[in-house]
Amino acid sequence: MIETDRLTRCYGPLIAVDSLTLRAEPGQVVGLLGPNGAGKSTAMRMIAGFLTPTSGTARVCGHDIRREPLAAKRALGYLPEGAPSYAEMTVREFLTFMVRVRGLDREVARRRFDEVVTRLELDEVLEATIGTLSKGLRRRVGLAQAILHDPPVLMLDEPTDGLDPNQKHSVRMLIDAMARERTILISTHLLEEVHALCNRVAIIANGKLLADATPAELEARSRYHGAVSFSAQGSGVSREMLARIPGVSMTEVDPLDGRVTVFPKPGEAILEAVQALLREQNLRVTEIQLEQGRLDEVFRQITTQPRGGNA
Amino acid sequence: MSAVSAIARRELRAYFVTPVAYVFMVIFLVMAGVLTFYTGDFYDRGLADLQPFFDMHPWLYLVLVPAVTMSMWAEERSSGTLELLFSLPVSISQAVLGKFLAAWAFIGICLVLTFPIWITVNYLGEPDNGVVMAGYIGSWLMAGAFLAIGACMSTATRSQVIAFILTASVCFILLLIGQPQVLDFFQDSLPPKLIGAMGQLSIVRHANAIARGVLDLRDLMYFGAMIVAWLGAAVLVLDLKRTR
Repeated sequence: MIETDRLTRCYGPLIAVDSLTLRAEPGQVVGLLGPNGAGKSTAMRMIAGFLTPTSGTARVCGHDIRREPLAAKRALGYLPEGAPSYAEMTVREFLTFMVRVRGLDREVARRRFDEVVTRLELDEVLEATIGTLSKGLRRRVGLAQAILHDPPVLMLDEPTDGLDPNQKHSVRMLIDAMARERTILISTHLLEEVHALCNRVAIIANGKLLADATPAELEARSRYHGAVSFSAQGSGVSREMLARIPGVSMTEVDPLDGRVTVFPKPGEAILEAVQALLREQNLRVTEIQLEQGRLDEVFRQITTQPRGGNA
Repeated sequence: MSAVSAIARRELRAYFVTPVAYVFMVIFLVMAGVLTFYTGDFYDRGLADLQPFFDMHPWLYLVLVPAVTMSMWAEERSSGTLELLFSLPVSISQAVLGKFLAAWAFIGICLVLTFPIWITVNYLGEPDNGVVMAGYIGSWLMAGAFLAIGACMSTATRSQVIAFILTASVCFILLLIGQPQVLDFFQDSLPPKLIGAMGQLSIVRHANAIARGVLDLRDLMYFGAMIVAWLGAAVLVLDLKRTR
């Protein structure tokens, strides 16, 4: 479990993290989502014990990071941004060093080492110098280091940043596989990642927590939520006819590809009515879709909304 | 304790993976030999001891120790591994101590590798090997004090060049402060008690005292206090930097 309690961090006059209160439970993958410079990394660095909070605190598995830093760090696996590691060491040396520093029992250490190496498919590069590895492999070494001691809490700062689509997929599979009993906090600015991984999203911008919900709840805030979009061949259905359907608030036509989007009034379901109308008009519908809502739109809306009062 | 030894072992290995360690060793050994034989009157004194050899050490350390310590923390900071290190269940003092012990062990290895000069002096005459041993201990302790200063300076700045210059300057002051010329210079302007205290701060005086073959508790305490104080300052600086 990770709890932050009014966690605050200032750099001089700049408030990087502003009274952040968050809670992530076992079994949850919480995505810390925000634009670049929102304070995601700073918040994680404080929880990891690298930076001291200006005020407020955080607890990892109940251990206060200020009063019991070592106990908190023992419960935590952390992948810092960019997955730093000692470039001159081989993968085996680096992981062995991590095992030793963490003071793992010899038997446990050997078992965990083998497990992690197999899981992250590092067998073939064990004797390679980390500095010579590709970005994807280095990221995997960083992940291996973070899960080596089988921590109940994992904190990954942009775990898929800079990876190719295949590597992204394999890292996501790995996180997914580990999610069941653990608390996982990942930071990202990739919305697809939230869809693929997280069961909760905390959106922060300018150091402030702006939203804390499930991805579906966030999507429901989108004006696209429940909208019906379709592409049709033929003379085209008139927008007035669509607008006359009960429950429809407005329609939009994409000027590029002619795709029509029909927006519902809040809480109305319009898919069937739109389909019925299209059948009636005998149009050849090539594609029709019920929109879930667009996270990118919600994200933009939340992170760029003017702050209350002080324009 | 396992964390300290793990860090120390990693650091020591890191020295030998890069050419730094070898360059350092070669220069240290060559310079120690050359200075002893050419400027230290090794033969002309007609004495079977290593006094001229040990007399050169402070000046060698003055240049070489800052080179060892300058990257100690600056490198961790610039490569981002500092974040990794501080997220491990290791206290700052353990990390500082581990790194210091690695550097100290490295200098120890260099000192051990000067054994040909010890063989030479034993071949040429019959030195008091107890005194030679004490000379080595004194030299090693002095290196420890310099390394602790370097460790502290390395935490204070991101720039390795600045760390080098700061370390060399502080070490230079500690070398100069006990020299008779310097003490004479202040003779008229400072009270005698202060002059005495300045003399006591001199690193050479304490190293020489040990090198004579007398392991006085006061000299050992001087080096112990130096190392603890500078490493303590390093811990404070690192902790302070987490809040800024």
